[in-house]
Amino acid sequence: MKTDYDVIVVGAGPGGSMAAKTAAKMGLDTLLIEKRQEIGTPVRCAEGVSKNELKDLIELDERWIAADIVGAKIYAPDGTELRMSEERAGSEVGYVLERKIFDRHLARLAAREGAEVIVKTRAFGLERSNGVATLKLMHQGEIFEVSAPIIIGADGVESKVGQWAGINTSLKLNEIESCVQYLMADIDIEPEYCHFYLGNKVAPGGYVWIFPKGEREANVGIGVLASRARRTAKEYLDEFVKRTFPQGSIVEIVVGGVPVKGPIERAVSDNVMLVGDAARHTDPITGGGILNAMKAGIYAGEVAAIAIERKDYSSKTLALYDEKWKATIGKTIGRNLLIKEKFVKFSDNELNKLAHSIAKYEVEEMSVRGLMTRLILKNPKLLWDLKDVFLKAR
Amino acid sequence: MISVNRFKCAYCGACIGVCRFDANELIETWVEINDNCTMCMACVKVCPVGALEVVDEN
Repeated sequence: MKTDYDVIVVGAGPGGSMAAKTAAKMGLDTLLIEKRQEIGTPVRCAEGVSKNELKDLIELDERWIAADIVGAKIYAPDGTELRMSEERAGSEVGYVLERKIFDRHLARLAAREGAEVIVKTRAFGLERSNGVATLKLMHQGEIFEVSAPIIIGADGVESKVGQWAGINTSLKLNEIESCVQYLMADIDIEPEYCHFYLGNKVAPGGYVWIFPKGEREANVGIGVLASRARRTAKEYLDEFVKRTFPQGSIVEIVVGGVPVKGPIERAVSDNVMLVGDAARHTDPITGGGILNAMKAGIYAGEVAAIAIERKDYSSKTLALYDEKWKATIGKTIGRNLLIKEKFVKFSDNELNKLAHSIAKYEVEEMSVRGLMTRLILKNPKLLWDLKDVFLKAR
Repeated sequence: MISVNRFKCAYCGACIGVCRFDANELIETWVEINDNCTMCMACVKVCPVGALEVVDEN
């Protein structure tokens, strides 16, 4: 580790590694630090991604793909099944990843581009003066100071970089899903379908998911809106698992908090950009965050290169990054925030009615947009206020 | 005060995400709570596994 770099990226998840990879590729002297001793563990994720979007961002590698998915089934509180699939197009639509391997792969790609990667290194303070930021780091008990004009905070839901830089990312209890997941072995599942269970009893303000990771293995998890839950997420999940997979074995426990806040006002400050969970880039409807974090990482890396070239690291220049993520990620998560706010208020009865209205159709576009378009057409009154927002946003 | 049951905690960081007072931090595999804590209870409510609890200071 040197004492000065062009860019220091805090956090080696998908967002941080893509930021470091991009910055290094553009010729910047880049340091990527990770506080954990192992990149990729413990996992905090349901591991589902869209196939098309992922392959636009990175070359696919079967070593980190646990399962191919052809469709999804959504269950209303009364058990009504909605099926979404693109089988007719003849290809799988999504993957369930093996994040432990995926995350390491991305960090390795960053290293291959020339970024210096260091693990078991925690940032515990940030100071900025004369256009340069200095991070205080602790590595295996020793304290170091490292400086760079650009700091990229990819430090997750528990981000400190954002707090130190005065960027408002605080999450209220109605802006975070409290999540628990079990990797379950030897259970009866449909290995090519993701399953989602909705309802105020099953998962208030969220859903239960089953994401296959093999013929008889799946991530079985739950997210509940912290402001709506009456018990812990774990208690809700245990109830579902006891009912659905009483014979299954739990071979891993995954826990996490997923921001569902929608777009924040700004993700930059002088010398600092935030990406991924740290910038609350997760999708308020699906809870998905991997692809958004990767995209944000790429944008941040690109803007870092522009700032270095201009020798201007002020929030004014870094606002280019805000423009980039808001025009893409921001649009979708803004739209999905409106849908989320509408849906968390529905009673189980209303959710059932919505499901009945489209149950006989197969939704061919496997996306929030595909589902919502069908729902709005069939339920114009109930979803009146989403009509304009949603259809216009197309 | 708020106390972390380390046997339950899975160090996911959700409690840090909801803290408005910069009163907690996830240090590698454990959560530390500092004197900024106002006992607002947000962290207790968000914890997915119920690892945070209020304990009597004595």
